[in-house]
Formats: sequence, structure tokens, C-alpha cells
Amino acid sequence: MSDYAVQVRDIVKTFRKGSVRALDGVSLDVPRGQVFGLLGPNGSGKTTMVRILSTVLAPDSGSATVGGFDVVKQADAVRRTIGLAGQFATVDENLTGYENLRMVGRLNHMTTKLVLARTHELLGQFGLDDAAHRPVKTYSGGMRRRLDLAAALVAKPPLLFLDEPTTGLDPQSRQDLWAVIESLVEDGVTVLLTTQYLEEADRLAKQLVVLDHGKIIAQGTPSELKANLGNTVLSLTFATTDDALRGVELVREVSEKPVNVDGTVVELTVSSGPAAAADALRRIDGAGIGLKGLDLREPSLDDVFLNLTGHKADDEVASPLVDAKRRGRKVAP
Amino acid sequence: MNTTTSPRGLTGTVTRAAVALKWAASDVLTVARRNLMALIRIPTSLVFTMLQPVMFVLLFRYVFGGAIKTSDPGGYVNFLIPGILVQTTVFGAVNTAIGLAEDLQRGLIERFRALPMARSAVLMGRTVSDLFRNVLILIVLTLVGFAVGFRPHGGVVAYFQASALMLMFAFCLSWGFAYIGLAAPNSETAQAMTFPLVFPITFASSIFVPPTSMPSWLQGFAENQPVSQAAHAVRGLMLGTPHGNASWITLGWAIAALVILAPLATRKYRRAA
Repeated sequence: MSDYAVQVRDIVKTFRKGSVRALDGVSLDVPRGQVFGLLGPNGSGKTTMVRILSTVLAPDSGSATVGGFDVVKQADAVRRTIGLAGQFATVDENLTGYENLRMVGRLNHMTTKLVLARTHELLGQFGLDDAAHRPVKTYSGGMRRRLDLAAALVAKPPLLFLDEPTTGLDPQSRQDLWAVIESLVEDGVTVLLTTQYLEEADRLAKQLVVLDHGKIIAQGTPSELKANLGNTVLSLTFATTDDALRGVELVREVSEKPVNVDGTVVELTVSSGPAAAADALRRIDGAGIGLKGLDLREPSLDDVFLNLTGHKADDEVASPLVDAKRRGRKVAP
Repeated sequence: MNTTTSPRGLTGTVTRAAVALKWAASDVLTVARRNLMALIRIPTSLVFTMLQPVMFVLLFRYVFGGAIKTSDPGGYVNFLIPGILVQTTVFGAVNTAIGLAEDLQRGLIERFRALPMARSAVLMGRTVSDLFRNVLILIVLTLVGFAVGFRPHGGVVAYFQASALMLMFAFCLSWGFAYIGLAAPNSETAQAMTFPLVFPITFASSIFVPPTSMPSWLQGFAENQPVSQAAHAVRGLMLGTPHGNASWITLGWAIAALVILAPLATRKYRRAA
């Protein structure tokens, strides 16, 4: 058996009769027993990839195996291998938490005895004992996500697809969910996780792939990616856009990374924040330009994107998500 | 469950097919049960579902009925109630479209697709649960009918035959509405899309008035279209009056609808994103 839980080769998926290339020749290998992160902004193709790997969508071309089974030719075997949770797969509002898990167990063709045992076990494990017999519509956002994850785990799948599992959650619920995912991996589960959050990928994923416009633009461990990025972002705010444009020329040599201008704000990624800030201030002051503000901050996913692609993560309005948009689901800001 | 004894032989194949069929049936029941739970969890929706046909009964019985002349024994109320029963079961198919559009919109179908369940179970579960829903409505409406003076003389057996016929007719029709539900971007649009379909076939029909009162260009359609045939058949069976081949024609329409619409809906389900 292959060492990889998921193998993807040259997957292409287009929407709107080929005018939108959601995935444009993506290949990747997900090793067993760890969290593999798929990082990217809205519309980068993350969700499309998860949907193809969970047999919900068929690729236009290319091939993929999940647990050794072909996602197109052996779709049923793939479905027996995976659990799916996240932004699109969901739970039934009108059923109770208990009923939701029981339904998923039945549809997984487990015996009644096993379904009941598993349902009770998961409700306890996810802190939903008290809410077990309340309709899901009375649940909080965090409780829903936990139930959603529990539903994906009913059949004890060795492989879990989590599509933006913490998007829209408060920090405490996010921490709780991270702890659950970590304990699953300790038990030997392989997790393919999509996220927009660098922090989440950093905490959970052993390996990362960064997607943009349906293509892989970077891959490696989180620390490798961050090492490429620099440690700090220096943000300078000028009084006018003209000042900002003059400022860009002055600070261009402070960092070897590209400088970004957005209106009156100039940003650059640097390896040593204080030194770079002092250097930049000297240059700007020397030219007699006034500064309105100066800020040093941790690099975000936006900065990763800026450095990798030269454009911001939210530059485009998620066009590859047309299918999702059509359904009135979440659309990029 | 024993498929290992003769894995390559005919018995093995038959046993495996039987197991697959057993699970498919179990999946259909699981999905149907889940749909019916929603009916219990949102009782107001059930109440309003019942209220609409009851209003139709009262409206046509007491407001319009006096102006409508029919030749049926027992007067207009005996003409009206079988018609409204057919209208209501046909309207029930709209629920199939709305329910599926909602499940698609909320992402539940996404979850179902990633489960190793029978591919046909989501659509089948929906149409089956809507059949149950129609049975409930039929019972309530029959009672309301009796309360406002409906007196059928066709006998109990014929009454059940008539009920079975219209339930089957609506079930077959609901596969077409399943297609609409899967094609619609959301449940509101799904509902709106069914209106231009449901209104002409239930009103330009023999459900409320005899088509002889309509202009000649409309009469031909109103007399022969499938819903009118169903109304003829149900009325004839319940009242014990002659209705020609209407039962067989209705059955024919139902089977034709199922044979054409079910594969279309299933294909749409496989492709709907």
C-alpha cells in the first residue's frame, strides 16, 4: 500500500463551460497520519479540491486516489474511507444532535447497535451531551461545527476532509476544535485541512500547499514558508498618495522583498523589524517627508500572498466559487 | 449477508444484489424519516399546508359553488371534493421541489453525496416522504369534505381505489418537481418556478368546474389533460358514476411521467453542484 493517503495528479476542474478554471493542473501527495494543509484565499480552488476528493464533484481531467481508491471509478469505496466536514457539508437544523449522528450512522450502513454506541461516544467527546436532544437550530455556531465534525467521525474514517472548519468561529471555539483535530491525528487519522488562516495552518499542519487561482504557488512545511516570507511587516502611512509614491522609492532598498503601495499606505516585509523601521525613518526624514503612522506587525496570509503572487488575497471576488455562489452560500468579501 | 460462501458464482452475485437492495431500501427510509421529522418539528408548516386546501373547500363550497351548475348526483359539493382532493395532492408535489432545493442550498445534499449510501435514496426518500405527507392531507381533507356535505356513493373499496390512484399520480408527478428543485438556485425560486406549471394544470381542468363552461379553444385541453383525467377517474370512482377509461388513462399518464421524469431527475441529481 502507498504511503500516501491521497494522491492527486494534474487535476483540472472548470466551471461555467470552461471560462473559470477552479483547479488548473494541481498535483499533490498527502502522507498518512498527519495534517496536510491546503492554504489559500476564497476562490483559490481549495473547496473544489475537497469536493473532488470527496467524490461530490468529478474532475474534468487528471486523476486522484483516496485511500488507494480512484475518486471517479471507485467512488463508493472512497466514500467508505472518508469523513467530510466543513463550510458546505452540514447538519440538519430540524433534527436533534443525536438524530443527526444516528442518521449519518445509518447511511454509513453501520449496525444499529454500533450506531448507538458511536453516537453516545461522540456526543460525550464533543461536549454535546446536554444538547443531544435539542434541535440543531438552537445550537451556537461552535456547537454546530462540533456536531458537524462528529457527524464526519461516526463511521471512524481513517481519512478526514475538513473544509475551513473554523471559519467564522470565535477564538475559544477555534482553540477547542484545534485540540480535537490534534487528538484525532494522535489516534492515527489523516486530515486534509483547508484554511484561510496562516495561524491555523501553522499550528496544525505538518505540510502545506498554497493555492492561488487554481494553481499551487508554494509548498513546504509552515516554517519553510515563513522563512521565505520574512518575520515582520513594516507598515508606513503617509499624509498623501504623492508622499507615499515618493516614499516607496526611498524605502525600496530597506528590504529585498517587493514593496506594496495601497493608497497612502506602504508595506514591506522585513527580517528585522526595529532595524528596518529605523532605516526607513532615516531615509524618509532625510527627504523631508512627514509620516502619519508607522506599524510593525506579524505577517498574515495576505502578506504571504503578496510576496508569492504580487497581489492581495482578496483582490478577486472568488470567481471559481460560482457553483457555491449560485447556491447563495458564502462568497468572498 | 453471507456473500463469502460463493463469491464468484451466481448465488454470490444474487446475494450481493440483495444486500445492496436491502441497504438502498434502508437508505430511502432513513432519508424519508428525516424529512418527516421536519414535518413534526415545524408543526406550523403542517398546519398551513392543511389550511390552504381547507380554504379552497370553503371558498368553492360556499362562495363560488352556488353559481356553478353540475349534473352530478348530490350537487356541486360532490363534484367539488374529489376535484379538490386531486388538486391538493398535485400541489403536494410542489413540496418535493422546495424540500430538495432547501437541502441543496443548506449543504445537506453535499453531505449525503459523500456518504456510501445508495445514490437514488435522496430523491426516493423525498418523494416517498411527500407521499406520506399527501396521505395525511388526504385524510384531513376527506373529513373536512364530509363535514361540508360531501356524500359519495361509490363504496368504500372504490374510495380507497380513488385515493390510491391520486396518490400514485401525484407521486409520479413529484419526480418532475424534484427536477425543478434541483435546478433552482434556492427554495423560494423553486416554489415560484412551480407556479406557472401547477396553476394551469389544476385550474384549466375539470377540478372546479365542468370544462363545458369554458371557451372552446380551452375545452379540448381542459377536458383531456392528465390532471382532468385524474379528476374524472377519482370523481367517478368515489361517486360511483361512469367515467369511461379515465382510471386507465390516469394510470398511463402516471407511469409515463415516472418513466420519463425519474431518470431526468436522477441525472440532474448526479450533476447538481
